[in-house]
Amino acid sequence: MTAERVMRRGNDSAVLRLSEAEAARIGGDASDPDDDERVMLNMGPAHPSTHGVLRLMLEMEGETVLRSKPVIGYLHTGMEKQGENLTYLQGCTNVTRMDYASPLFSELAFSLTTEKLLGVEVPERATWIRMLMCELNRISSHLLFLATNGIDLGAVSMMIYGWREREEVLRFFEKVTGLRMNHNYIRPGGVAADLHDGWQGDLSELLELIEPRLDEYEVLMTGQPIWRERLQGVGAINADEAIALSATGPLLRSTGYAWDLRRDEPYLAYDEVDFDVIVGTYGDCYDRYAIRINEIRESMRIVEQVIDRMPRGDYRMQDKKVTPPPRLRIDESMEALIHHFKIFTEGYQVPRGEAYTAVESPRGELGVYIVSDGTSTPYRMRVRPPSFINLQTLPHLMRGGLIADGVAIISSVDPILGEVDR
Amino acid sequence: MPELTEPEPTKPELAQTERYGASASEISSQTVLFVTVEEYLEVANAAREDGFDQLIDLTAVDYLDYPGTRVRPAEVKPERFEVVVQLINHTSRERLGLRVQVPATEPTAPSLFDLWPGSENLEREVFDMFGIEFAEHPDMSRILMPEDWIGHPLRKDFAVGEVPVQFSEASAPR
Repeated sequence: MTAERVMRRGNDSAVLRLSEAEAARIGGDASDPDDDERVMLNMGPAHPSTHGVLRLMLEMEGETVLRSKPVIGYLHTGMEKQGENLTYLQGCTNVTRMDYASPLFSELAFSLTTEKLLGVEVPERATWIRMLMCELNRISSHLLFLATNGIDLGAVSMMIYGWREREEVLRFFEKVTGLRMNHNYIRPGGVAADLHDGWQGDLSELLELIEPRLDEYEVLMTGQPIWRERLQGVGAINADEAIALSATGPLLRSTGYAWDLRRDEPYLAYDEVDFDVIVGTYGDCYDRYAIRINEIRESMRIVEQVIDRMPRGDYRMQDKKVTPPPRLRIDESMEALIHHFKIFTEGYQVPRGEAYTAVESPRGELGVYIVSDGTSTPYRMRVRPPSFINLQTLPHLMRGGLIADGVAIISSVDPILGEVDR
Repeated sequence: MPELTEPEPTKPELAQTERYGASASEISSQTVLFVTVEEYLEVANAAREDGFDQLIDLTAVDYLDYPGTRVRPAEVKPERFEVVVQLINHTSRERLGLRVQVPATEPTAPSLFDLWPGSENLEREVFDMFGIEFAEHPDMSRILMPEDWIGHPLRKDFAVGEVPVQFSEASAPR
């Protein structure tokens, strides 16, 4: 195996290194005036299969994609800059809007980094609630992948099924966090609220519902010759190339390389639960599909274990400098009122220093790097966005394939444009 | 909540104070090497040879108005920009940080593209946001902001909300 293919700089590279202005000047003409077989084709940013506002500049020869360039930035709203002006408490509302399909992971990474800087430990129950919610979020995110992957390949009923089951998970989220998306639930110091009474029952029902539905998906897609034909051998990449391109998550695991931060650099309480790291073999679109459907099953295994072993105790740390006091205390204690006021106006100061924490999001390594200058807002807040970095593999996956396969490939990389552009 | 005191740079293991000829330090339980722009490529090369096969993150920090002094080893001469690189060695499951001091007068650093092609978009992002140019990069262009944008948004002297939105090809008033 070699990564030579992805190291190329010149015209034989899969990456089209052409500015937008230059592409606009060329228009639909050939990128090489001597070669009238090649045309430039623009796809997106509003194409239904581009998962948001991804635009692709494609150099085509007939139906075959030669070089391509993802043009991004349409959703760029300066969230990292914004993060420098929000307190650590407000920070979670900001980062949760990046990857809107799996918001809890950005909240988790942000909270873990802040806690590392503060040097505090959260109660055990908070850790387990975080783990539970994140695994449920992984299920909902992968269900969304199955839905969009289905519609991109013409399996329209799969889209309806995927959204339907995801909605059931979101319903549980709404019960716990109050919101379907952008929860702002995991916060530095713990979580925003305890689980409601009877959450175990709700979850058991949910798992019982999803389990047979997954088997239905397998019947509908996994074994179907048309589905396999469309995906197998399409957009293949080897482990060396994936590592060289900084890819993480299902994209890296599909090549047969087992790298999962939950197992390899355990955070939360992942070292106390049983689960398998799913890997593929060929690194093609089919493996990336199969990994995600099996990861749903693994996440369900973790959720089952959490239901049985959820510890008792506080759902957030009782340090009134970091977490607000309970509402009722404010009426009777002057100190509680002051703490409440201080936390929501000025925020809490975080000691000087810098820290980086990474979690395994459904798309790969999601890391948050914070530089603190000792005030209540981060000096610099950086999110390592897995979608943005995994998107680099796209031209390499698409080169030499048909444009129809390109749609399958974009879908299998599963970029969330909110996180790509931030 | 701990006391708000200046943290001392923790003393790394003696064997690790020098690594690839650069001064090392321990920052939140990770080994970090401080290098100048001149040493950067050499140290990165040595790390690549040593088995750090994946570049996991590359970003930058603008220390223009950082209050007080930064916690850095004594021999490091702090500059305005610091390029923050994080590498993973998949064999030893180890992470290594690199911090490159990039002066404001000449914000240029060598590109890591030939060692880790995954740095391509990350370096473009740093160029876009901080205006640090990476020499020998195959496509040193903006990635998130429009191509004709003026300024680099994540610099500390690029204020929030004071810059009017720049539209290219603004049409004449109707």
